[in-house]
Amino acid sequence: MAAEIYFNVAVSGLLTGLVYGLMAVGLSVIFGVVRVVNFAHGEMMTIAMYLAIVLFSSLGLDPLVMVVPLAGVLFALGYAMQAGIINPFITRPEHSQFILLVAVAIIIANVLLIVFGPDARNVQTSYAFDSFLVGPLIIDATKVYAGAATVVITAALVGFFRLAPLGKAIRACADNYTGALVVGLDVKRLYALTFGLGAACVGAAGAMLVLLVDVTPALGPALTLLAFIIVITGGLGSMPGALLGGVLIGLTEAMAGLFFTPSAKSMFSFGLLVLVLLFRPQGILGKRLS
Amino acid sequence: MIVRLFEGVPRRGVALLAALLVVLLAAPWMANDYLLTVLIIILYSAYTGQAWNVMMGFAGQLSLGHAIYVGLGGYAAAALYVHFGVGPWLGLAAAITVAVACSAVIGFLAFRFGVGGVYFAILTIAFAEFARIGFDHFGWVGGSSGFFLPVANYARNDLWNLRGNPTMFYYVMLALTFAAFVLCHVLLKSRVGYYWQAIREDEIAARSLGINTFRYKMYAVIISAGMTAVAGVFFAFYYNNLFPEQVFHISRSIELILGPIIGGIGTLFGPLIGAFLLTGLSETMQEILTALGLDAPGAKQVFYGLCLLVVVLALPDGVWPWLAGKLGVAGRRA
Repeated sequence: MAAEIYFNVAVSGLLTGLVYGLMAVGLSVIFGVVRVVNFAHGEMMTIAMYLAIVLFSSLGLDPLVMVVPLAGVLFALGYAMQAGIINPFITRPEHSQFILLVAVAIIIANVLLIVFGPDARNVQTSYAFDSFLVGPLIIDATKVYAGAATVVITAALVGFFRLAPLGKAIRACADNYTGALVVGLDVKRLYALTFGLGAACVGAAGAMLVLLVDVTPALGPALTLLAFIIVITGGLGSMPGALLGGVLIGLTEAMAGLFFTPSAKSMFSFGLLVLVLLFRPQGILGKRLS
Repeated sequence: MIVRLFEGVPRRGVALLAALLVVLLAAPWMANDYLLTVLIIILYSAYTGQAWNVMMGFAGQLSLGHAIYVGLGGYAAAALYVHFGVGPWLGLAAAITVAVACSAVIGFLAFRFGVGGVYFAILTIAFAEFARIGFDHFGWVGGSSGFFLPVANYARNDLWNLRGNPTMFYYVMLALTFAAFVLCHVLLKSRVGYYWQAIREDEIAARSLGINTFRYKMYAVIISAGMTAVAGVFFAFYYNNLFPEQVFHISRSIELILGPIIGGIGTLFGPLIGAFLLTGLSETMQEILTALGLDAPGAKQVFYGLCLLVVVLALPDGVWPWLAGKLGVAGRRA
């Protein structure tokens, strides 16, 4: 009996971690190419989550169906942000970019607060309590759907960056900014596309996360931090790394919640982050930093 | 000694500083309680901004987790006072020791293992968050339900125990801010200061010139942490309560650094100007929104965020370098 609890918690943590991993993939794509740390990442995630809630409560649209449309909406938002305000900042020092994105984060969080109020919200679907029985394991159906969708989306993104000409162009910008300019790439537009793609991951992840956790307007910073931890643990610039990092953090937090106390679980994530930064700063799947 | 302090400072700058000091010294006679409280908040954020500026503005090491030093300092002094009856001035020594030790560990780990730039910033956040959750579960100082100092009898001012009315706290904070200003001025003109600036501009070049970059980065981190811990002690004794979710929270670290960045990073007046602007902005906004009947929760922060956006878009180097040019007090860029 006891062993089964551990396995159940581990699988649940792993699947939740995949969804967080998708959010982190977004951060990784943005930082890997644009070299801007998106301090408004968690706040963008809360936008997607509130949109999913509004669509569900007013039109009855299932958040899992809305994964792709919300990714589209957030893509547009991300594109507009990069093209509108972040592009002039790409050559400025980090602290300047930091203030810019913190300002954006403050605005998003408080507009959400004005519109939706401070209460926690969630979505109750008809399949919220469904589960799969795999041998002795009881696996939450929602988490299985979300985990599967995450893997598909990440695979599509990896394929895009490896195979599509546009994806290759974006990678060229990431590898050599000046070189990309020299061969005539429209770097600013590609940066906007990249930020849009990163935001699209956030949109998809937000639509799914709303099924797993409650959202409040103040949730943003915690999500941003979580995305940082995952990305650095997995390896900055590596999309499979971000998913792996998500799974690791999900597992760690689930186990810490089981063995110690749930309120202390993030401490273990931060502990893991510190260890990774010190002993493998490029992350588990990351390439050696030059 | 005193004369050397003013070396290289434009005469108008000295006059401006003297005028500002006179106004601030006289403020308690003119200001009401509300204004005095606002002034204390301004000076507090000017002081912490100045402390952070040593690390980032002078030595170029971006810390996004400075709340950890405020919290450690506050908790150290408060715990000594509540549990052992040790007064705040002795507690101050303990607070500085704890913060310096913690910063030395963070700095040592980061600089020895070559963690720099954005990674260093995120490491500092990680330590601050670690402390926040740790103190949430630290029963000896109240855990997540908070740690309280016995509320003072305001009948008389007891400077030795830091118990008294707002005017006393105001002068304590003014003295601290002034001392930090002078200390930073001296540091910036010292050999260490020039080493820091060399490291900030180009660390590899600095190292190739024979500067022990590890040692001087450690000095910056330690001095900054020690100064910040003093603010923590003030915080604990002024507000009489400490909650891990408040003092260690990432939003405290962010608030702390907005002032110096908006004011002008790496400048002496930057943290001061930034503190006046941001706190002033925040308080005025509250007044205006209340007057307009728009005081929905969050409305103030939206405008605050918009103002930040405008300032950072319009004045990338901060307000002070621009203002100094206008006032004709721009010296050599420090």
